[in-house]
Amino acid sequence: MSGFTISRRKMLVGSAMLLASTAMPKLALAQTPKKGGRLVLAADSEPRNLNPAIVASNGVFFISSKIVETLAEASFDGKDGLAPRLALSWEGAADGLSATFKLRDGVKWHDGKPFTSADVAFSALQIWKPLQNLGRTVFKDLASVETPDDLTAVFKFAKPTPFQLIRNALPALSSVVPKHIYEVGKIEDNPANTAPIGTGPFKFGEYKAGQYYRLTKNTDYWGKDEPYLDEIIYQVLPDRTSAASALEAEEIQLAAFSAVPLADLDRISKVPGLKVITKGYEGLTYQLVVEINHRRKELADLKVRQAIAHAIDKDFVVKTVFLGYAATATGPVPKNDPQFYTADVPTYAFDVAKANALLDEAGYKKGADGKRFSLKLLPAPYFNETKQFGDYLRQALAAIGIDAQLVNNDSAAHIKAVYTDHAFDLAVGPPVFRGDPAISTTILVQSGIPDGVPFSNQGGYKNAALDALIAKASETLDTTARTDLYKEFQKEVAADLPLINVAEWSFISVARDTVGNIANNPRWAVSNWADTYLAG
Amino acid sequence: MTRALILLRRRLVGSVFVLLIVVIGTFLLLEAAPGDAVDAYIVSTGGDAGMIEMLRHRWGLDQSELTRLANYLWALLHLDLGQSVTFSRPIRDLILERLPNTLLLMVSATALSFGLGSALGIYAGARPGSARDRFLSIGSLALYAVPGFWLGLVLIVVFAVDLRWLPIGGIETLASDKTGLDRAADIAIHLILPVAALGFIYLALYLRMMRAGMAEAWRQDFVLAARARGLSRRRVVLAHVARNALLPLVTMLGLQSAQMLGGSVVIESVFSVPGLGRLAQEAVASRDTPLLLGIILTSAVLVVVINLLVDIAYAFLDPRVGAGEAGA
Repeated sequence: MSGFTISRRKMLVGSAMLLASTAMPKLALAQTPKKGGRLVLAADSEPRNLNPAIVASNGVFFISSKIVETLAEASFDGKDGLAPRLALSWEGAADGLSATFKLRDGVKWHDGKPFTSADVAFSALQIWKPLQNLGRTVFKDLASVETPDDLTAVFKFAKPTPFQLIRNALPALSSVVPKHIYEVGKIEDNPANTAPIGTGPFKFGEYKAGQYYRLTKNTDYWGKDEPYLDEIIYQVLPDRTSAASALEAEEIQLAAFSAVPLADLDRISKVPGLKVITKGYEGLTYQLVVEINHRRKELADLKVRQAIAHAIDKDFVVKTVFLGYAATATGPVPKNDPQFYTADVPTYAFDVAKANALLDEAGYKKGADGKRFSLKLLPAPYFNETKQFGDYLRQALAAIGIDAQLVNNDSAAHIKAVYTDHAFDLAVGPPVFRGDPAISTTILVQSGIPDGVPFSNQGGYKNAALDALIAKASETLDTTARTDLYKEFQKEVAADLPLINVAEWSFISVARDTVGNIANNPRWAVSNWADTYLAG
Repeated sequence: MTRALILLRRRLVGSVFVLLIVVIGTFLLLEAAPGDAVDAYIVSTGGDAGMIEMLRHRWGLDQSELTRLANYLWALLHLDLGQSVTFSRPIRDLILERLPNTLLLMVSATALSFGLGSALGIYAGARPGSARDRFLSIGSLALYAVPGFWLGLVLIVVFAVDLRWLPIGGIETLASDKTGLDRAADIAIHLILPVAALGFIYLALYLRMMRAGMAEAWRQDFVLAARARGLSRRRVVLAHVARNALLPLVTMLGLQSAQMLGGSVVIESVFSVPGLGRLAQEAVASRDTPLLLGIILTSAVLVVVINLLVDIAYAFLDPRVGAGEAGA
C-alpha cells in the first residue's frame, strides 16, 4: 500500500518541521518569500456560480478573486483606501455625470487575448448593471461606457452619481470578465460562470464537487514575478470541526473566514506552528443587529425600543458571544470605517432599571406574572453568534419583563419569515457594511422597499426625515457634504432606533507559520493573493 | 417459472407504487417547508425585488405547485430526473457522481458490521454465558449507544490528528493525479475511518442477534441429535447452530440498509466524503426540490433492490421459504 508509506513519510517530514518551527525564532521562518508550492486551505461552501461580476458575495470572491480581477482593490495605505488593479487611475467629473478609468497596459486574459476597455464596458453595462446583486443598485443610472481608446473607459451616468460611492464600490463590484467569452449566448448560462476566465494571478484548474477547487499559476500574469504560489487548493470541509483538525494534522495550511470556530481559537493558538490572525477583514464588517417589526404596536413606541436598547449589555455580548473577537456598536456605520463613522450619536448604556422605567412610562406595566407582553424573536441561523445572541437577548428581555419566544428556522425559512411574510416581532440579523452606506446600509431603514427583499427594511418602519436624508445623500456629489449627511444619518438612526446595532465583527484566519503575506489588505481573504507565498 | 422470478415480478409491481408514494410525499413535504430555492440562494447574495423575480422565473418557481409536480412526474415517466436548480446541472449526473462513494461506504460498513458482528456473535454464542460472551455483549452494546458523529470525531482526533496514521477525511488525496491500483489503495486508506465509524455502530446489532439466535439453536433437537452423532463441537457450532442463527441476520441486512443510508449522511459530513447523503443535505438546505426528489428516489430504489436481493438470498438459504410465503 504505497499510499500508506507516503503518508508516513509526510508525517515524519511534518514532525521535523514542527521541531524546526518551535526551535527557530518564528520571524526568521516566516520572512523568506519563496517561489512555488501548493497552498491548501479550507472551504466551507461550494458556490455554484463562480462569476464575481454576477454574484458579488464573499463566498464567490473567496475563490474567484484570484482568477478574475477588479478595477481597484482595497488597501490599508492607498489613497481613499484603494490600490490599482486593472485600472491605474480613476477620476469623477465635477457634475457627477461621468467617471474616467485609465486601464493597465499589457494585461492578457487567461486564453491569451488582450484585455481592453471594451471588456470593462461590456462587464459594466451587460453584467454589473442588469445582473449583479449589488451593481443593480449602485450602477442603476449608468447609461453608457465610452471607450475612446483601448486603455480608457468613460462611464456616463444618466443622473448625477456621487463618485465617492463608485469609488467605494470598486473593490467588491467591479470584477471584469472577458467580452469575447460572454458575448456569445446567454450570460447566465455561460460555461465560464463555473470555470471562470479572468486576468488574475491564478487560472481556474478544476472543480471536483464535494472535494476541491484547484487554481493554477498564471505564468503570463502582468504582476512582475507574481504569483509566488504554483497552486491553490480549496478543500471542501463541510463540518464545523474539520478545519481545526485538518490544520492540526497539517493537511491544510490555512482556514480563513472563521472556519475554525471561536471557541477553538484559544486552544489552537497554542499549537506550535499555527497562528491566529484577526487582521485582513477590516473591509468585510458584519453588524449584529436587532431587527424590529414596527407593525407591533408596542414596538412602534420609541420608549419601548429605547428600553430594549438599554436592556442589552453590549460589552457582555462582545465578551461572551464573540469571546472578545468583536467591538460594541454605536450605530449603523461600524467603528472601523475610516470615512463615515461618527461616535457623536445618542447611546444607550446597559441599565435595566432605566429600561424598566421606560416601559412603565410607555404604559406597559408588569402583570401578576412579572410579564409586560410577549413577542416572537427570530435569530438568523447563518452564524453561531447570531443564534447565541438570540439566546442572550431572550434572557435580557426577560429581565425587563418582556417574554420573548424564540423561533429557530433554517436559512431559507428565516429569510422568508422575516423579509417576505414579516412573521416576526424581533429578529437578529447580520447585515454587512460594504464600505459605503449607500451600498447596503441605508436600505435597512429606508421605507418603500417591496416585500421579499432580503436584508432590507421589512419591519414597516417609516420616517420621512430619515428618508429625505437618504435621498439627499444619494444625490450629493461633494464628498465632504455627502459624508456629513451620512453622519447625520447615523445620529437619526441611533436616536429613533428603527433597528438596534449591538456589535460589529469580522472573520479570523488560522494559518501555518509558513504562509507569508497574510492579511496585508483590508479584504485579504477575497483579494488576489498574487504575493502570498509559502516559506521553505 | 422459478421461485426467484415469481418473487421478482411481484416485488417490482409493488415497488412502482411504493416509489410513486415516496415521490409525491417528498414533494409535498418539501413544498410545506417554508422558503424556496430562491430564498435559500439570496441568503448569501442579497438582491433587489427585480433580481428575485428574475431568479424565480428562471428556476420555474413562479409556476404553481401542481404544475411543477405534474411536470416532474411526466419527465420521470420518460426516465428524466430533470435539472438541479441550484447546481444548474442534470440531476442524473450529480447523483451518478456521488452514488459510487456512498455505495462504497455503505457496502464496506455493512461488510464490516455483518462480517465482524456475526463472527463475534458466533464466538460469543458458542459458549453462552461465558466471560467472553458477557464482555462482547456489553462492549458491543456500548458501541451501539455511541452517536455516529461522535465516534467519527474521536477517530479523527486519535488516528488523524494525534497519530497521523490516516487521512482526516475526503475520499482520496486531493488533486493527486493517482491512477489504477495506486488510486484504489488511496481510496481504501481514506475509507478506513469512515467505514469504522459507520460499521462499528451496527456491529452490536448483528453480534447480539447472532448470539441470541445461537443460544436458541442450542436448545433445538437437531443440535442434540448432531451432538449425539458424535460430531465435533466445532462442526456443531458452525454447521448446525450458526447456520440456523444466520437467517434472521440476513433479514436484518435488508432492513438495515435503509438505516445505513441515513447514518451515512452524518458520517459523510464528518469525514468530508462527497456522497449522496451530503448532497441530500445540501439539497434540503437549498430547497432544491427536484434534486432531493432524485436522491430520495435513488435511495428508495436502492433499498428496494437490496431487500429484493435479501429475499432471493433467503429463498436460497432456507429451502422452507417458498415464493408463496415470502412474497405474501
